[in-house]
Amino acid sequence: MAQAIQQLINGLTLGAVYGLIAIGYTMVYGIIGMINFAHGDIYMVGAFIAVTSFTLLAAFGVSSVPFALLAVLVVAIAFTSVYGWAVERIAYRPLRASNRLAPLISAIGMSIFLENMVQVTQGARIKPIRPILTGGINLFTQGTFTVRLFETQILIIVTTVALMAGFTWLITRTSFGRQQRACEQDQVVTKVLGYNVDRIISVTFMIGAGLAAVAGVMVTVYYGVVDFFIGFVVGIKAFTAAVLGGIGSLPGAMLGGLIIGLVESFWAAYLSAEYKDVASFAILILVLMFRPTGLLGRPEVEKV
Amino acid sequence: MNRNVLLASCLSLMTMAGAAHAEYLVGIAGPMTGQYASAGDQIREGAQQAVADINAKGGVLGQKIKLVIGDDACDPKQAVSVANTMVDKGIVFMHGHWCSSSTIPASDVYNEAQIPMATVSTNPKVTSRGLKNIFRIMGSDDQQGTVGGTYLATHFKGKKIAVIDDKSAYGQGLADETAKALKAHGVTPALRDSITAGEKDYSSLISKLKADGISVMAYGGYHTEVALILRQAQQAGLKLTVMGGDTMTNSELVTAAGPASNNVLFTFAPDPRKNPEAAAVVKEFRDAKIEPEGYVMYAYAAMQLFAEAAKQAGSVKYAPLQHALATGDFNTVIGKLAFDAHGNDKSPGFVVYQWHNGKYDTVK
Repeated sequence: MAQAIQQLINGLTLGAVYGLIAIGYTMVYGIIGMINFAHGDIYMVGAFIAVTSFTLLAAFGVSSVPFALLAVLVVAIAFTSVYGWAVERIAYRPLRASNRLAPLISAIGMSIFLENMVQVTQGARIKPIRPILTGGINLFTQGTFTVRLFETQILIIVTTVALMAGFTWLITRTSFGRQQRACEQDQVVTKVLGYNVDRIISVTFMIGAGLAAVAGVMVTVYYGVVDFFIGFVVGIKAFTAAVLGGIGSLPGAMLGGLIIGLVESFWAAYLSAEYKDVASFAILILVLMFRPTGLLGRPEVEKV
Repeated sequence: MNRNVLLASCLSLMTMAGAAHAEYLVGIAGPMTGQYASAGDQIREGAQQAVADINAKGGVLGQKIKLVIGDDACDPKQAVSVANTMVDKGIVFMHGHWCSSSTIPASDVYNEAQIPMATVSTNPKVTSRGLKNIFRIMGSDDQQGTVGGTYLATHFKGKKIAVIDDKSAYGQGLADETAKALKAHGVTPALRDSITAGEKDYSSLISKLKADGISVMAYGGYHTEVALILRQAQQAGLKLTVMGGDTMTNSELVTAAGPASNNVLFTFAPDPRKNPEAAAVVKEFRDAKIEPEGYVMYAYAAMQLFAEAAKQAGSVKYAPLQHALATGDFNTVIGKLAFDAHGNDKSPGFVVYQWHNGKYDTVK
């Protein structure tokens, strides 16, 4: 029982991180119908910026943890959004009018480029930071097993919930959200109505990159270790989460992330860590067999 | 038009091949990029220094040697294409690859092209397939698994022991051999499982270990995952002792895991840095701000092995060079090397080490 609760906490934390990254995939897909395979690497860039800023802050002797976290979040979001914008401008916009496969390949190329760029400039070795938040709450003890909730896990879950709330508000209540939804439905009509479609798409990429940066900061604080390769596995898992939840749907991305996080945790705990990826992907296959649009996805209406 | 292009490319190929004979090309290959790129760095640094030293002393058989660097990223498919490129460039000797899963398919290519190779890959299959061109300058996983497993069985009596691997050819091989050694001493692993390398979150595995009261883990795999597991275990309040293999020599383990790295035991060949005959080379590396840890000295030794074998054979042609390697004795910075009929180092020897405050040393 105690272990089950611990695994629930582990799974929720992991799921929140997957969900944050999955939103980036799903938003871009929603608007321009392409899979941004470089998104996992944008997250990796965000994590590197976080490590650099943490190190710089430590060098300047900043010791207040809340201030340091906030400063790093702001810096990471700012720089990573620039990356998101640049990736779209360089690799996707010139190809937007071509067939659907071209931007996909371009995205994979961008992913390889970002990975190698970070490897060359930052080195292949893993970059650790000193633990920032080390505390935790001992929830209860059963036998010899103490269920612990770390400060980092609280931070990740609270941040994710807050971001999701803010995001839902942005999409459903603001003028920019309306423009985004209009773009999703029909880019040509949006343009005719006098909106700058290029700008909307650019901002969407920047928001997606900003969320990936938040995930990058969280992961840096939680695991304390970053290397240039971290974007790959997490990127694939987050992409799976987005498809599972229904690609194009924001709550779907979050739900998909949580499901995958929880399945991985519980499968590894009670069955075998060896087959946990098999379990997540088996669920994906089952969902796609019976609901091809994912759990919360809307059926795609053929545009005439 | 097409014929001209063909002719031109033939000509350029010929001139390239011609140029190649002015110096001997020696290949090194390993994960220069990818998640294990730090091992690639070690191999490159070691080999470059060795080549510079050998050339400074007049080269091999009066010719300079030149390094060709291949990057397999520990991907078996890429390893084969690297091997093909190496053969194409006309290398006369190969040091590599690093991951057993890359070395095994690549060695078939070198064998067919008759290029002798020295490797540090430890999976038993590397040398057990009857290839005559492959020489292993390190022990194999059955040897190091036996040493590690025996150590755990005798020093951690009564403790529950988990055996975990990362599903790689190296990791799984090592973990299987460790489990076998444990069983031979009457210890049944409390858990036998695998993780996915490259992930960051191992909290579910750790909670499971904690719940089952397991405090000792024999691990087959690479140091990056061990660092994360230790860090997360410490956070979860689990004091975990890890027994790993030769890959744990990487000091990244310490930077990433912090003080928890003091709980890492591992098996490795006797430290080449302590070999008195290697003192000059060790100093040379340290002067160049390179710590000759892990595979640095092995890469250096592989180049020495080539130079000496070529000298003994009086040629870099396959038949005499292979014969010299198979029958000769060689003095290198990692000690005396001689190979048995399978191409295994005759006296590899594994010792158990432990990290202690950023340095590793042998334990009894």
